Amino acid sequence: MSFYDRIFKPRRHTLSNGKVVEERFTRLPLIMLIILVCTAISVRITGFSFSVLFSGGRRFFDILFDMFPPNTSYLPKIWTPLLDTIKMSLLGSFIGAVLSIPFAVLAASNIVSNRALVFVVRLFLSLVRTLPTLVCALIATYIFGLGTMAGTCAIAVFTFAYVGKQLFEIIETVDMGPFEAMEALGATRLQAFIASVFPQVLPSYLSVSLFCLEGNVRYASILGYVGAGGLGLIMNEKIGWREYSSVGMILIVLFVTVIAIEGLSHAVRKRLT
Amino acid sequence: MEKTIAAAYKDAPKTWIYKLLLVFIVAAMLAWSSSTIVINDTTGSGAGVAKNILLGIFHPDTKLLFNFTNSGVLYLLLETLCIAFLGTIVGAVISVPLSFISASNLMPRPIAVAGRLAIAAIRTVPAFIYGLMFIRVTGPGPFAGLLTMSLCSIGMVSKMFIESIEDLDKRILESLDAAGCTTFQKIRYGILPQLFPDFMSTLIYRFDMNLRDATVLGLVGAGGIGAPLIFAMSSYRWNEVGAILLGLIILVMIIEWISSKIRTKLTRG
Repeated sequence: MSFYDRIFKPRRHTLSNGKVVEERFTRLPLIMLIILVCTAISVRITGFSFSVLFSGGRRFFDILFDMFPPNTSYLPKIWTPLLDTIKMSLLGSFIGAVLSIPFAVLAASNIVSNRALVFVVRLFLSLVRTLPTLVCALIATYIFGLGTMAGTCAIAVFTFAYVGKQLFEIIETVDMGPFEAMEALGATRLQAFIASVFPQVLPSYLSVSLFCLEGNVRYASILGYVGAGGLGLIMNEKIGWREYSSVGMILIVLFVTVIAIEGLSHAVRKRLT
Repeated sequence: MEKTIAAAYKDAPKTWIYKLLLVFIVAAMLAWSSSTIVINDTTGSGAGVAKNILLGIFHPDTKLLFNFTNSGVLYLLLETLCIAFLGTIVGAVISVPLSFISASNLMPRPIAVAGRLAIAAIRTVPAFIYGLMFIRVTGPGPFAGLLTMSLCSIGMVSKMFIESIEDLDKRILESLDAAGCTTFQKIRYGILPQLFPDFMSTLIYRFDMNLRDATVLGLVGAGGIGAPLIFAMSSYRWNEVGAILLGLIILVMIIEWISSKIRTKLTRG
């Protein structure tokens, strides 16, 4: 940023003891300019306009008002898909979180000294992370057929990438003192890892996994849209038939479930840390 | 020495019952949810399909990838980028008041709890339902996608905003008070410098996530790269899928690299 400083000269202040300090010119105009230009381009391309928003904004609530009052008689048919959604996210999160452990260890540069290996594993993790979950779910439906299996797979892949990234960052910030002490006492690297690093990362690891589970319950409801089972499936069906009151009921059930699971996992995570 | 170690082991809290119970609960939950593993492969061609998919994805359609017209990957990526960018900004504009209302150190408890419930309710509704609602307002296209993205951002953005507001160091405000600052000066020199880096960091992170989630918008035809991707997938044109995915992955990685650079700069001050 020295180029910027050359155009806008820093202000000089002379302190009472004769020392001269420089105050660099504020970066705010530059940042504002970049943001404004990006916004202008985006407005042009997406066709953002307030007039459309104000004239048509009322229609946004059409569907919302159709959802109330929710169709309570539809409630008994929601339970099975709801349980499917919860099961999918539970199993998917578990598989993903367990699978991510070896990869996270290999991606931690303080455990593995081979730079190339660390780089390759990290690249793999971020490649998997950029793969949209929806695409995973769609591919899984082609391979395993329509149903909950595809959703479980997609959630496992997503959890794997997310927990893997978080876990290797946690492992890298660990205190290496105990590890070195154990190695000095003659333990193998594996023993030292299990006895010294593992207990340090375990609470954060569980916490990250639970956090991921919370998000997955919500995400699992979208996956149904591509035929991967769960609440999304019936939601898609009811939207197709324009039975918005049933959709409202599904959303209320989902809301209560998500709040309950979040509360539970929040309580557990508070105990962990 | 040996004795002290033995004594320390003896005094260690006995948690094996608790641990066993925990393992048992987790195992029971997994057993309960294992019913989701149903391979519903009626045609028996799962492996063949998987091979076709992989072949297609690794042979991307270069014609589509380097097409500079309105239907090429590059334009679609630009559109997605714009949707994510403006969606994040609109979402941030809505989240700021919402998170000040829900911060429990500024507002009385009932209002804060009501605000949090509202945020949780906004979060629960899946993106495609918002998409359907907004398409009634704006018609199909990137504008609907932008609005959907902004509503979807609110949940996470305001959650992080609330956390940074609740972490505000109030002693700074007290010392500014003691120095005789006006309310405006207190906000300008006491609150903004504390919140600004956190808020920017959250927004940049959310922008990153929005770019990744943009495929969801394609489900309802709300613009961006999602719709072509899903059309290509449902008509089994795997080389087109490969081309789109390749573009998307490269874009996401570049943006992620830039955003992590900026965010480390922000946290280090």
